[in-house]
Amino acid sequence: MENVPVHQWSLLEAARRVREKEISSRELTKALLARIEVLNPKINAYITVLPERAMAQAAACDEELARGAPRGPLHGVPVGLKDIFCIRGVRTTCGSRILHNFDPPYDAAVTTKVLAAGAVLLGKQNMDEFAMGSSTETSHFGVTRNPWDLSRIPGGSSGGTAAAVSAAMCFAGVGTDTGGSIRQPASLCGVVGVKPTYGRVSRYGMVAFASSLDQGGPITRTVADSARMLSVIAGYDRRDSTSVDLPVPDYLAAVDKPVKGLRVGLPREYFEGDGLDPAVRAAVEKALKALTDQGATPVEVSLPHTSFALSAYYLIAPAEASSNLARYDGVRYGYRSEGASGLIEMMSKTRAEGFGAEVKRRIMIGTYALSAGYYEAFYGKAQKVRTLIRGDFAKAFGKADVLLTPTAPTPAFRIGEKTDDPLTMYLSDIFTIPCNLAGIPGLSVPCGLSASGLPIGAQLLSDHFREETLFTAAGAIERAVPVPRVAPLTG
Amino acid sequence: MEFEAVIGLEVHAQLATESKIFCACSTKFGASPNENTCPVCTGMPGVLPVLNRKAVEYTVRTALATSCKVQRRSVFARKNYFYPDLPKAYQISQYELPVALGGHVDIELDGGTKRIGITRIHMEEDAGKLVHEGEFAGAQASLADLNRCSVPLMEIVSEPDLRTPEEGGAYLRRLRDILVYLEVCDGNMEEGSFRCDANVSVRPKGQKEFGTKAELKNMNSFRNVEKALEYEIRRQIEVIEDGGRVVQETRLWDAGAGVTVAMRRKEEAHDYRYFPDPDLLPLIVEDAWIEDLRKTIPELPAEKVARLAARYGIPKYDAGILASARALADFFEASVAHYAGSPKTTANECVHWKDAILAGRLSPETIAHAVEDRETGAISATASKKLVELVLETGKPIRTLRDEKGLTQLSDTSALDAIVDKVVAASPKEVESYRNGKAGLLSFFVGQVMKESRGKANPKVVQEVLRKKLGDGGPS
Repeated sequence: MENVPVHQWSLLEAARRVREKEISSRELTKALLARIEVLNPKINAYITVLPERAMAQAAACDEELARGAPRGPLHGVPVGLKDIFCIRGVRTTCGSRILHNFDPPYDAAVTTKVLAAGAVLLGKQNMDEFAMGSSTETSHFGVTRNPWDLSRIPGGSSGGTAAAVSAAMCFAGVGTDTGGSIRQPASLCGVVGVKPTYGRVSRYGMVAFASSLDQGGPITRTVADSARMLSVIAGYDRRDSTSVDLPVPDYLAAVDKPVKGLRVGLPREYFEGDGLDPAVRAAVEKALKALTDQGATPVEVSLPHTSFALSAYYLIAPAEASSNLARYDGVRYGYRSEGASGLIEMMSKTRAEGFGAEVKRRIMIGTYALSAGYYEAFYGKAQKVRTLIRGDFAKAFGKADVLLTPTAPTPAFRIGEKTDDPLTMYLSDIFTIPCNLAGIPGLSVPCGLSASGLPIGAQLLSDHFREETLFTAAGAIERAVPVPRVAPLTG
Repeated sequence: MEFEAVIGLEVHAQLATESKIFCACSTKFGASPNENTCPVCTGMPGVLPVLNRKAVEYTVRTALATSCKVQRRSVFARKNYFYPDLPKAYQISQYELPVALGGHVDIELDGGTKRIGITRIHMEEDAGKLVHEGEFAGAQASLADLNRCSVPLMEIVSEPDLRTPEEGGAYLRRLRDILVYLEVCDGNMEEGSFRCDANVSVRPKGQKEFGTKAELKNMNSFRNVEKALEYEIRRQIEVIEDGGRVVQETRLWDAGAGVTVAMRRKEEAHDYRYFPDPDLLPLIVEDAWIEDLRKTIPELPAEKVARLAARYGIPKYDAGILASARALADFFEASVAHYAGSPKTTANECVHWKDAILAGRLSPETIAHAVEDRETGAISATASKKLVELVLETGKPIRTLRDEKGLTQLSDTSALDAIVDKVVAASPKEVESYRNGKAGLLSFFVGQVMKESRGKANPKVVQEVLRKKLGDGGPS
């Protein structure tokens, strides 16, 4: 391990070394800031870097440790947050022009938890505007590049976070996942990403996209690191009425558990159809073999309503978004169009100039879906589909402990390849969306590389609040299918 | 043709909770602009609402007091529209599934009692307010004060059971009294904590179908509601009599001009795109909670009037005044408990000193002592009034004041004997005239005795003693 460069350490390794005073938080933070300074101009993973704040925090961590008072399991370790989590006094843009100058007056629950665990905040990571996208191309602050191939997208919407983790520009990050926004970029960047059960991580202070689907979760380079991060950010928060009051288990302990006897379900519908890249299929099969080699039992399951998930999602998520994003009207904060002659004109121009094309598209879809006379046919029908999809999973989890599927149909695509074709872009999330509709947890773990050396992820799904099963299965895949976790950065 | 009006009222009552419905900010009236705000009620990115349990409690209690069926499961919905006083650009309200359905309130009319149905009761948050004046950065500006944002409201919708402006007024007053009794709303119409919109239509008498309705807004007193209804009913009848048609629209009451003015037509109505708020779970009100809350429902105004009149033998009118405020009725009963005597006298005193009583400046003992001393003749009616005034001035116990000020009446006949003897001895001529039939002279003797006793003698007792000594007057 001594020869491994500092930035390549796992989160757990870095935390251990700081705790045991092998390295100071200042040295560690300085090393990461130096790496960001070199790489960020190429990758654009961070919208905002906080060098002074991070160094001051690191100094405080070192001082606390000298006094024998470490804060928590992440003491002194530099991490990043998707630019969707509010930090008091630190610009939070959500990748949008309309919030380009917004300094929140309060901390998100995730921010508070990460800080209380002792982490040092390096900065705010790039994302698709308001988390609407699968490529980070809709960000007002420019596209993030995939560290494995700079001509390709990193996935999205948490593309900045996945790229920063993959390029070792932080030891861990927290992203958000509404329809695959943690798992798909994790898959495309060759890192681990977890979308927890809806209600497991507080949404307080996380800028809303689609409230009934949004969930924050970790992106890290190892399964154990994700388990550690999730145990830090999970937990009941009375400020979020949808958060669930259940104790947080020791996720880390689940990682090394044997998978012998574990029933691994393979949902037939996820492997049918011609959209699935053969390399992805092969890699997922390798992951399955890794599990069965270690004693897990494969079972075939069916999720018959899968083909309706995408349509339901693209009604529910835009409907909620059209309402959630209505507050950006230029009246109280954020971007305001100058020179308007009246109230209506000011609001209209602010929104026309402040939002990008994809956000406007979804606001229009959502507004339409909720309109009088259309509500039942669109939003109402989509909610019924959602109930059916939830039922599909409930049935499947009667037969299987965990489901194994591809995370994304293809490895990372090229920048610009799908920007003119929203429907093809939406298909990137076809395997991740049902999980959000059902509210169950999902995890993406690297399980191979394509012929051209692009990472591929396997998705694991389990029943509500069974994240431990995900960590156990992912740990087994990780041990058996070694994939480099820091991008080679040769592109 | 004879017409009749069909009126339904929608009341928005501000719930008297300490904090707002979805955040911990204070609901206090009169704070400086935007003082009572936080990231949640100003709609900052990322904030989430958390339902105030007290607001639910108050609404459920209102539902129980109006015989509504409390719904086990109700749902908060978003009502979407853009306006600068609405920071989230949606109002959280209840739409398809309100917290209570199907109740009623009985109103007193000259011809007896009438039952007015209640369609539904739901909870929602208030919006802020705009001040359309002032300047900002050299330009004309409107200023937003978000203190009122997210203050809890309860909307109570009546059935179209009201037929006249008087019935409307009686319903509103009765409803207001109930809310105040429950202590869930301060009932202040002028400050806006009790607001009313009206749906009004007219139809030929005997017709079953409703006419086209207009919605009236902006009526900020009971009197204004009645006047606006009167005006609108007359206006609609005239439209029809002139061969026109009433259009469905929203009209504003202009109290200054005494008219209603068209505001917007039905086709201009907003599409609010209601949908269930995904940030809030469905509200579940368990039976056990309802039963606990049922125990907290006090005796309500109608029951109280009936009981006070029956139990204390006081006129219904007096009972009505006493019951107009729960505290006043309680005070009356506490006073009677101290000294039963004639409750009618106590009731009169309570009505007379209503303001001081409601201000908490008098105790039931004070009134009980005043009434008792009057009825036993220890003090006069004049002295009683004077003493209560002194209690209000000094805060001293009424009987201490009575003794200090020497306001007791001389009612002891043996003490009065000496004075009467002295007066009789000093006025032999008058005694003779009296005995010769000038009965009117009795008041002369009473006056003399009062004078001699420096006003302390109890005039009633003095008369008795005089009669005993001088006879009833007239030839003996």
